[in-house]
Amino acid sequence: MSTVTLASKRRRSALRTLAFMSPWLIGFAVFFAYPLLSTVYFSFMHYDGFRPPYWTGGKNWSYVFEHYPLFWPALRNTLWLVVVLVSLRVVFGLGVGLLITKIKTATGVFRTLFYLPYLAPPVAATMAFAFLLNPGTGPVNSLLEKTGLPAPGWFSDPAWSKPALTLLALWGVGDLMVVFMAALLDVPAEQYEAAELDGASAWQRFRYVTLPHISPIVMFAVVTGVIQTMQYYTQPLIAGKVASGVIQGAGTQFEPGYPDKSTLTLPQLVYNLGFQRFDYGSACVVALVLFALSMAFTALLMRRRGGLIQAGD
Amino acid sequence: MTQVLDHPVELAPPVPGTLRAARRRALLEWIAVHALGVAAALFFTLPFVFVLLTSLMSDSQALGRDLVPHTWEWGNYRKVFDTPGFLTWWRNTLVYAGLGTLLTVVSSVPVAYALAKFRFRGRNLSLMLVISMMMLPPQVVVIPMYLFWAKQLDLSGTLWPLIVPMAFGDAFSVFLLRQFLMTIPDEYLDAAKVDGCGDLRTLLRVVLPMARPGIAAVALFQFFYAWNDYFGPQIYASENPGAWTLSYGLESFKGAHHTDWNLTMAATVLVMAPVILVFFFAQKAFVEGVTLTGVKG
Repeated sequence: MSTVTLASKRRRSALRTLAFMSPWLIGFAVFFAYPLLSTVYFSFMHYDGFRPPYWTGGKNWSYVFEHYPLFWPALRNTLWLVVVLVSLRVVFGLGVGLLITKIKTATGVFRTLFYLPYLAPPVAATMAFAFLLNPGTGPVNSLLEKTGLPAPGWFSDPAWSKPALTLLALWGVGDLMVVFMAALLDVPAEQYEAAELDGASAWQRFRYVTLPHISPIVMFAVVTGVIQTMQYYTQPLIAGKVASGVIQGAGTQFEPGYPDKSTLTLPQLVYNLGFQRFDYGSACVVALVLFALSMAFTALLMRRRGGLIQAGD
Repeated sequence: MTQVLDHPVELAPPVPGTLRAARRRALLEWIAVHALGVAAALFFTLPFVFVLLTSLMSDSQALGRDLVPHTWEWGNYRKVFDTPGFLTWWRNTLVYAGLGTLLTVVSSVPVAYALAKFRFRGRNLSLMLVISMMMLPPQVVVIPMYLFWAKQLDLSGTLWPLIVPMAFGDAFSVFLLRQFLMTIPDEYLDAAKVDGCGDLRTLLRVVLPMARPGIAAVALFQFFYAWNDYFGPQIYASENPGAWTLSYGLESFKGAHHTDWNLTMAATVLVMAPVILVFFFAQKAFVEGVTLTGVKG
């Protein structure tokens, strides 16, 4: 084959790749690379959307870390949610997944019922829980009082708002249930039989046969759970809004995190700074913190091979 | 094969006493597991039941602590539909979810195909960037994006800033489709090439029919995403109630009806129901698709 045809062939194949990849290449440039660089740029500018932006150096950064009253509470809440909500959700998801593999009668019905809450739209699900858990007349507190148990204030009490969000997250555990169910069914049955012959108890079989097999999936669930917690927005926002009784509409102000900053998360700060305080520069600082945290955990997800997301082939 | 091994045949019959004990233990385990199953089912379904029951109560009863309606007020649903704007939110949601899903599928399939089947320099890098975009919270780039759509293109107060980007490949859809297309053996593509199919014809005639379950899954996820999206409409549509979607409008419903939990819960049911219906219909097509293509290897 002559070099000319080889070169033209190679060029044709490069053009073909370019053509097929073009939607994403444009999308990557316009909706990812450009706005990301622009976010970095604006984080050093003062900009309120009306007057032209001007350079302020590190002022936005020091404002967010030192003077913005909502930043550290939001970060503390995120940490709380990572430690309590994510781990409870993984344990509960594993438990429900384990349960569904043991159920032999009407398995399909049980599986669908367990999965359904995951599909409930977040705004609707949060509204439903705001009603169920409302301290005055909600069915949950009615039942708790009937049985003589203490009836907490849930979304209206700073000490109980995050546990209430955790309850909502546990209700929608269907995604993890499916992931764990698939992983549990992949564990070779012979190994359970061998362990049983060796006289292993149910706990020992779980500890020494099941857990080693599914540990990459547990890891995957934890890391994706942490990433989802970084993005946790709609549920805490709606819960706070409904509990505080703020009527939504154009121009209405809502101090996020009701009650007492207990439901604040990082994404809410971007909205608060950018679209309520019109301080686009500081909003970009929080956006970059969010970016750094998300990417750190995504890197963790890609670095681990086997079970986790694999970039190569 | 494993199906067979799940229930091993008892080779030598054990002593009758132990067999009875084993049987009793199996029965007790069955009871314990299913009791736990019923308890879990109650936890997962009771919230739906309470919401449904409250949505059918009279105004005065919804203020009290009763769990079951005295009179079944089906008219509550009529009142929700008669709320100004509710039908507009429905239309907007269908446009956003429908058009967005269509654009996502059309733009993501070729990209996923290239990432799965073409060999080129920078392929792994592209894939890693796709994964990074997938994990990126929308809030990270929202400030420049808002300034771009609102200040430069004057499109705030519409849903176009949310729909148009879907014509340029959605990262999650690209990734999921790529994983699916990887499972299609190269032999099919080579055979098409031998028959004289170009790349585009191969994609349309050979790959697309085989990728139908993957495309169905992507369409389903994207439809749910648009249906559930709150942040997007909040940023771009909040100033114009004529552009609100159901997920965004639902919350204002609570505001307008204050303590009328019955009407708010009826609206909540109306936002949840379509997603659950779509799931039930699509689940069948989904399982069918998986079983049809599941004969690989």
